[in-house]
Amino acid sequence: MHRYEMICVGAGPAGLAAAVEAAKHGVQVIVFDENERPGGQLFKQIHKFFGSREHRAMERGFNIGNSFLDEANELGVEVSLNSVVLGIYENGAMNVMVGDRIEQVKAQKILVATGASENMIPFPGWTLPGVIGAGAAQTMANIHGIRPGNDILMVGSGNVGVIVSYQMIQAGSRVAAVIDAAPKIGGYAVHAAKIARVGVPFLMSHTIKAAHGKDRVEGATVIQVDDSWKPITGTEKRFDVDTICIAVGLNPMTQLLRMAGCKLTYVPTLGGRIPAHDVNQETSIKGIYVAGDISGIEEASTAIIEGRIAGLAIAHSLGYLDEDQFLDQREQQYQSMKGLRSGSHGERRGKAKKYLNAMMKG
Amino acid sequence: MRIEEHPILGHFEKGPKVQFTFDGKPMEGFEGEPIAIALRSNGVVIHRYTARRNEPRGMFCAIGRCTDCIMVVNGRPNIRTCVEALKSGMVVETQKGKGPEKAME
Amino acid sequence: MPRDYKITGFLSDEELKDSPGIPSEARRKKSPVAAIECLEDIPCNPCESSCNVGAIIVGEDITNLPHLDGEKCVACQTCVYICPGQAIFMVDESLPDGKATVMMPYEFRPLPEKGDLVIALDRGGQELGDAEVIAVRQTKRMDQTATVTIEVPKDWSMRARAIRLKN
Repeated sequence: MHRYEMICVGAGPAGLAAAVEAAKHGVQVIVFDENERPGGQLFKQIHKFFGSREHRAMERGFNIGNSFLDEANELGVEVSLNSVVLGIYENGAMNVMVGDRIEQVKAQKILVATGASENMIPFPGWTLPGVIGAGAAQTMANIHGIRPGNDILMVGSGNVGVIVSYQMIQAGSRVAAVIDAAPKIGGYAVHAAKIARVGVPFLMSHTIKAAHGKDRVEGATVIQVDDSWKPITGTEKRFDVDTICIAVGLNPMTQLLRMAGCKLTYVPTLGGRIPAHDVNQETSIKGIYVAGDISGIEEASTAIIEGRIAGLAIAHSLGYLDEDQFLDQREQQYQSMKGLRSGSHGERRGKAKKYLNAMMKG
Repeated sequence: MRIEEHPILGHFEKGPKVQFTFDGKPMEGFEGEPIAIALRSNGVVIHRYTARRNEPRGMFCAIGRCTDCIMVVNGRPNIRTCVEALKSGMVVETQKGKGPEKAME
Repeated sequence: MPRDYKITGFLSDEELKDSPGIPSEARRKKSPVAAIECLEDIPCNPCESSCNVGAIIVGEDITNLPHLDGEKCVACQTCVYICPGQAIFMVDESLPDGKATVMMPYEFRPLPEKGDLVIALDRGGQELGDAEVIAVRQTKRMDQTATVTIEVPKDWSMRARAIRLKN
């Protein structure tokens, strides 16, 4: 049984930011990640981030990821890869599968930063090879250097849909269209503009009717929907594509939290059932914290700040940071967060987050 | 299908080129990359056929979670080829249903 | 009533007309100047922080739309490659013979070469016609965002915003 002061589940931006922040103040941290490389989704982000200098604006996601890893190394943060946390039990006990061994570990404080998984919409032909998640498209192109396909239909116009569409064009593929059942494009206008100007059409109020092909995708049919989301017969349009990319939203991976008994509440704006947490990112179970997409679908920049807040709170609760310094530094992080949770996109999320804080009292 | 020079990422660092077979056909890939990627670079996107309806399945999540990419590798079934690293001489086969009853040692 | 760009994916001339980031025609005719096509309240201000002459103002609330002071702009091109949304261009309508140049951020490869004939596209991806590449710039500081400048007929100066390479 290995004992740690702090265990982070997930070495994405939230987990790494939390580990680095806590380690800075002297906390002994280990980060477990099921993947063979750390960084979560950060290394697949090849675009320059928004925000301001303090939010690492202008830096590309993968470069930010590398700098976090360097910092973690310098601070002596242990990062255990190929390590699947199997369960959280009482009193901070956890089981983790490292390679082929199952180890029992125990932590005084746990941060669960396991991120989110992709939503799906089933349609005839969706099991054909060639139908992939948007995350898969990113992984193939940006991690493994291979085009997922030559002609792609993107289903979903949120930021994932429009950003991945652009990345596919950068990879040398053609994007036949971006469709969305919603009437308005969900992602940032500038992301949409980047692909519109190189000839990618947007078909709003359209959903996918079927994928065609014998052994793999050879085409797709889309259909317009009315105000009640019902398909309108006769509006079918056919696309000759070999790949259909699904980008219809993310939802938090809360299995470990549910096992631990954390209170979850339904917040559609943030992706589904979200763990209630306070301003220190602590859940309804004392000693268990959350940060990043698991606590509500947002962005890498907010994940990093939430990770820092959790790291500070943990350092403080373990006695490494006195009250005044903690409150001061936490406030600094919230000031930084304020900018990101403003504007028409950010404000909604900010309000939803406050609702989650309020749910702690219920 | 391989990206030669990526506008942002440049060249992708890969291991040495190695030989393997897919359903008996000789193929090439890079040591250490996921088997599924090596297959895709050779135009192979069908990884298995389902047990009951014999329907084709291929890579879907690409991060080892959905199991649509599982194949028989060196006689062992249910290998998640999107995360399993390619090694020289690997024998990769399309998996039918649950795969062979007895795995080779 | 949703604005057009939320349905089409690109800004219409109408939507850009009163944008605080677009320099006047008079200014565009004087010498090269930035044209900022950013109309959404995303928290973001690299354009402001990277401008060395203070020609771009976003302000304390970083969701404010960037405001361009055309008189201060010296066309250094920094904002063109800095903008994470690639929403800034440089326009020069001071050329003779009914010509203009448009500089755009470019993150595709292969890069075109000076002298190449390419197809100019408008914001909606529609082909405007042929255009000559008169400059291509890429330095380490630009972090893979190159800039491509094309020469176009003057009435394309506020329309040409992308290129398609000829094969």
